[in-house]
Amino acid sequence: MTTYLDFEKPLSAIEGKAEELRAMARANGEMDVEKEAAALDRKAADILNDLYKNLSPWAKCQVARHPERPHCRDYVEALFTEFTPLAGDRNFADDLAVVGGLARFEDRPVVVIGHEKGHDTTTRIEHNFGMARPEGYRKAIRLMDLADRFNMPVISLVDTPGAYPGKGAEERGQSEAIARSTQRCLQLGVPLVSVIIGEGGSGGAVAFATASRLAMLEHSIYSVISPEGCASILWRDAEKMREAAEALKLTAQDLKKLGVIDRIIPEPRGGAQRDRAAAIANVGKAIGAMLGEMQGMDRTAVVQERRKKFLKMGAKGLAA
Amino acid sequence: MNWISNYVRPKINSLFSRREVPENLWTKCPECGTMLFHRELAENLNVCSNCQHHMPMTPRERFATLFDGGIYTEVEVPAPVADPLQFRDQKKYPDRMKAAQKATGEKEAMLVAEGEIGRTPIVAACQDFSFMAGSMGMYVGNAIIAAAERAVKLKRPLILFSAAGGARMQEGILSLMQMPRTTVAVEMLREAGLPYIVVLTHPTTGGVTASYAMLGDIHIAEPNALICFAGPRVIEQTIREKLPEGFQRAEYLLDHGMLDRVIARAQMRGELITIVRMLMGLTPVVAGDLPPPADVASLADQRATAATGEPAEIDETS
Ligand SMILES: [Zn+2]
Repeated sequence: MTTYLDFEKPLSAIEGKAEELRAMARANGEMDVEKEAAALDRKAADILNDLYKNLSPWAKCQVARHPERPHCRDYVEALFTEFTPLAGDRNFADDLAVVGGLARFEDRPVVVIGHEKGHDTTTRIEHNFGMARPEGYRKAIRLMDLADRFNMPVISLVDTPGAYPGKGAEERGQSEAIARSTQRCLQLGVPLVSVIIGEGGSGGAVAFATASRLAMLEHSIYSVISPEGCASILWRDAEKMREAAEALKLTAQDLKKLGVIDRIIPEPRGGAQRDRAAAIANVGKAIGAMLGEMQGMDRTAVVQERRKKFLKMGAKGLAA
Repeated sequence: MNWISNYVRPKINSLFSRREVPENLWTKCPECGTMLFHRELAENLNVCSNCQHHMPMTPRERFATLFDGGIYTEVEVPAPVADPLQFRDQKKYPDRMKAAQKATGEKEAMLVAEGEIGRTPIVAACQDFSFMAGSMGMYVGNAIIAAAERAVKLKRPLILFSAAGGARMQEGILSLMQMPRTTVAVEMLREAGLPYIVVLTHPTTGGVTASYAMLGDIHIAEPNALICFAGPRVIEQTIREKLPEGFQRAEYLLDHGMLDRVIARAQMRGELITIVRMLMGLTPVVAGDLPPPADVASLADQRATAATGEPAEIDETS
């Protein structure tokens, strides 16, 4: 069953009609509807093509948050072997909003870290909708320490609405944990390759995305604030999220122009949620390519290159 | 309803013409409502003499009272591209900038300076909450990088006074990118073995707290300063419960292990001198007041005279 987004309404009507015709044919063997149904299919495919060719920034936010989009664990399952999850911050707790551990990518030992949103009510609550607490960032710091000591590249998968705004999270140093995680990213003597697979929500995303190479899926977003949050502050009206999404320049396409990301990973027609395997395979190819670009760089060069990239970042604005 | 503002003030105003009594002659303490005479408030470092509430200070006010004799040299900050995203909400970003520049007389939300405190050379950076809520965009990032580079070049410690509502939304992702950029600045100081001291002032929130403001070698806060990642209102909406008294205030953070010290503004300069001199391996600070700059100049004259054989009595320890 497909979950249709509001801008996909014209599509749902046609796909619904095609499905109805086929159901009728199944009930009545005499009827031959395949020709008509196939025509509807073609029409639906055209609509889907058109819709996704020119998604508005707000529509992209909705696609990036689509519940059926592949999440961190789907990528880890498909792209890595011998995944061995490691838990805990050795201080307070294990935060399930952040998953990570040892794994092999194309046989090479790596450390993988990501935000996990969950895929049904139970797992969404378990993973706190991908909103990490300080323990999640401190777990990530531990895993980066491990990667650095044993010379394993780090691969991070970013998908979070933001860091969790809770009482305990604040008391236990949410800001400090995020700051230290960002700092650890910058200190890594091994490549850190990062992909924004859905939502790159503010500081909670920066903590893992301060990478040597950063890619974004075609319809993912990366922003300083959610469009709703921005609208309620600057427009004093949360309903102005369309305008805010437009103004924030949070799409992969704009961020590539700004030099904030290094590459855009194409999504299958109609978004990653319509062909999860294809989306995951594209991400795998991009990770391989980004790691390849850094082959043979020594530790000092890895640190210096990453630093320079951030010092230069934004120097030209959108006019670049 | 405050009887001073509603009763006394109109009466005082009526004694003079409006022209002669500028509106800012009196400041009302936002905490206790006491009317404070402007000059006395300035002499008291913008701290309410009645309730000790610490009011905001502009970078220039801060530096004038921080550096020896109020003398400092501004460190130049490379100007970023103006309005990098061509951002527009209900107003255009360049218009908001112009309004902030007009209101504050400043170029942007951070000032960087070099000078001496207790004859200890330092570089200092101070965020200006009165300029678009001190928000962190490309300029603030450039300022912190410039401050760190200057400190490394001169082998001096960096003292940073933070105050910000968070990121500059009108610079979108580029404001967010100041989190890693300013962290690179902190790394430069760390590698050079130089102290980086953060003084967190009211309020320090959002992405600023989650980057350079929480990466100091030492964290000192002013009393009752709000210091947080997510603001209290956002948290109350999320968890749907009232937050305890003093939540996310300096003293609360001290209790939860996030700060080294909470220090009143009147003692701050002395604290910073003591700490910086220890971290830099310098001798203890000489007690007593330092001579004002005019006296230092005449002291030099006297030394020159002494060198020519004329008698002169100079107390080197004063
Ligand atoms: Zn007061």
